Amino acid sequence: MESTTIGEEVITIKDLHKSFGSKHVLRGVDLQVCKGENVVVLGRSGTGKSVLIKIISRLLKPDSGTVKVLGREVDKLNDKELQQLRLKIGFSFQNSALYDSMTVGENLEFPLVRNSKHLKRKEINIAVETVLKAVGLSEAIDQMPAELSGGQRKRIGIARTLILRPEIMLYDEPTAGLDPITCIEINNLINLVKEQYNTTSIIITHDLTCAKATGDRVAMLLDGTFVKQGSFEEVFASDDKRIQDFYNYNFTNK
Amino acid sequence: MKLKQPEEYFISRKIDDFFSGLYNATKFILLFFREALKPPYEFKEIVKQCYEVGYRSLALITLTGFVTGFVFTKQSRPSLAQFGATSWLPSLVAIAIIRALAPLVTALIAAGKVGSNIGAELGSMKVTEQIDAMEVSAVNPFKFLVVSRVLATTITLPILMCYTGFVGMLGAFINVNQNEQTSFTAFFQQAFSNITFLDIFSSVVKAIVFGFTIGIVGCYKGFHATQGTEGVGRAANASVVLSMFLIFMEEMLIVQITNNIRG
Ligand SMILES: Nc1ncnc2c1ncn2[C@@H]1O[C@H](COP(=O)(O)OP(=O)(O)O)[C@@H](O)[C@H]1O
Ligand SMILES: [Mg+2]
Repeated sequence: MESTTIGEEVITIKDLHKSFGSKHVLRGVDLQVCKGENVVVLGRSGTGKSVLIKIISRLLKPDSGTVKVLGREVDKLNDKELQQLRLKIGFSFQNSALYDSMTVGENLEFPLVRNSKHLKRKEINIAVETVLKAVGLSEAIDQMPAELSGGQRKRIGIARTLILRPEIMLYDEPTAGLDPITCIEINNLINLVKEQYNTTSIIITHDLTCAKATGDRVAMLLDGTFVKQGSFEEVFASDDKRIQDFYNYNFTNK
Repeated sequence: MKLKQPEEYFISRKIDDFFSGLYNATKFILLFFREALKPPYEFKEIVKQCYEVGYRSLALITLTGFVTGFVFTKQSRPSLAQFGATSWLPSLVAIAIIRALAPLVTALIAAGKVGSNIGAELGSMKVTEQIDAMEVSAVNPFKFLVVSRVLATTITLPILMCYTGFVGMLGAFINVNQNEQTSFTAFFQQAFSNITFLDIFSSVVKAIVFGFTIGIVGCYKGFHATQGTEGVGRAANASVVLSMFLIFMEEMLIVQITNNIRG
């Protein structure tokens, strides 16, 4: 089914700018993401990767430029349209952002219950069990977020977005702060989500192993703009000194 | 405009901060009314928060209310005794408790217990991106978190205030009963003989205003907590300080208005 729809642009960003005070973070970002594609955005800390996906989900407002998601310009939506769009976007936060006053089960049902009021208890339970199974953590349903490990929290965070069956997934540093084996598990999960839920994803990371394992395409964010896009090999074959430094730093420090 | 040194333009920056803070707070309050009036209403969440507010402050309010009534009576007796007017004690104490002490004691304790809790809770949700997470899952965090909490404090404070007044009067009665052997009915009959509808009404209004203040300040400070865990502590602390300050300002204002009405 992927091959028939590929080419359809799900996310289109043109000449995006964003500043905070005197700090010009994004300086003309252009990006197209096609349906069914996993695009990895690489870049050092503080280059505005999180800002970029926060603009896509309209947590932040762009200063200028256009951001189109599923054919709609996010900056021009009214409240209701924005809610509709957000139901189709899953956002996995860097620190998972689980609601720490709720159990895992309550965390998972929260977006579902709040968005469709007439679901029966049984349907909710089935949906919760399904996503828990998809992320491989069925036994954690009654635990509190504080009792989970970093990798488990990440999985639950992803499960909480999957329960709304999103078309787009935005992952903010999915492997940051995890041990190498857990990193591999999370990478596999990202690929599994793509296959099982037919999602289009943007994966933000500075972890090259993750980029290589999950990305169909890699985009390198430097100084507030994408300097190079293409396959992993293409990007790192570049002789741009900054890209080479990024590559060497990543592997010599492991 | 770039500011190179922090000392430069210090005053103009403070003034700027003050007015942009005022602007943001006004926007926050207006948003509260917009969201509070718009269905669907979060009855379940409001009831849950009311319970939290009551539960958190009940023990301390009982103790403080009782002690206030008891001690105030004890301390007022010598002055009245000089004029041989200890029989006025019940009505004096009733006026003090119902007009001033009950609303103020309740509000200050709720600001300390409930306001700080709201500031810390929402602050930590803010800095750990839980509020953003609600927003991106198409749940309105303002309605779910802020509206329910502010309504809860606004509804609960008048009830707590009545309770404080009752406990305070009880403390006063016990002290009067010990010393003057006044009976329960005689005490309360005399106590309420000088209390007007306006006294009770203005105290209820005060309690509503104080409750709203505690809720909205806690939520505002929590929602605007800046990055990092120390921001959470700062939000909790600022909630208490600012709401106590506002409570005293409002107290003065409402007293002025009530006295003008009283004529
Ligand atoms: N809400 C905000 N207010 C002010 N500055 C911000 C905000 N969000 C991000 N920034 C600034 O933007 C820059 C990029 O941040 P971010 O996108 O989080 O970087 P990263 O690429 O590590 O994810 C940082 O310098 C940060 O200080
Ligand atoms: Mg980031």
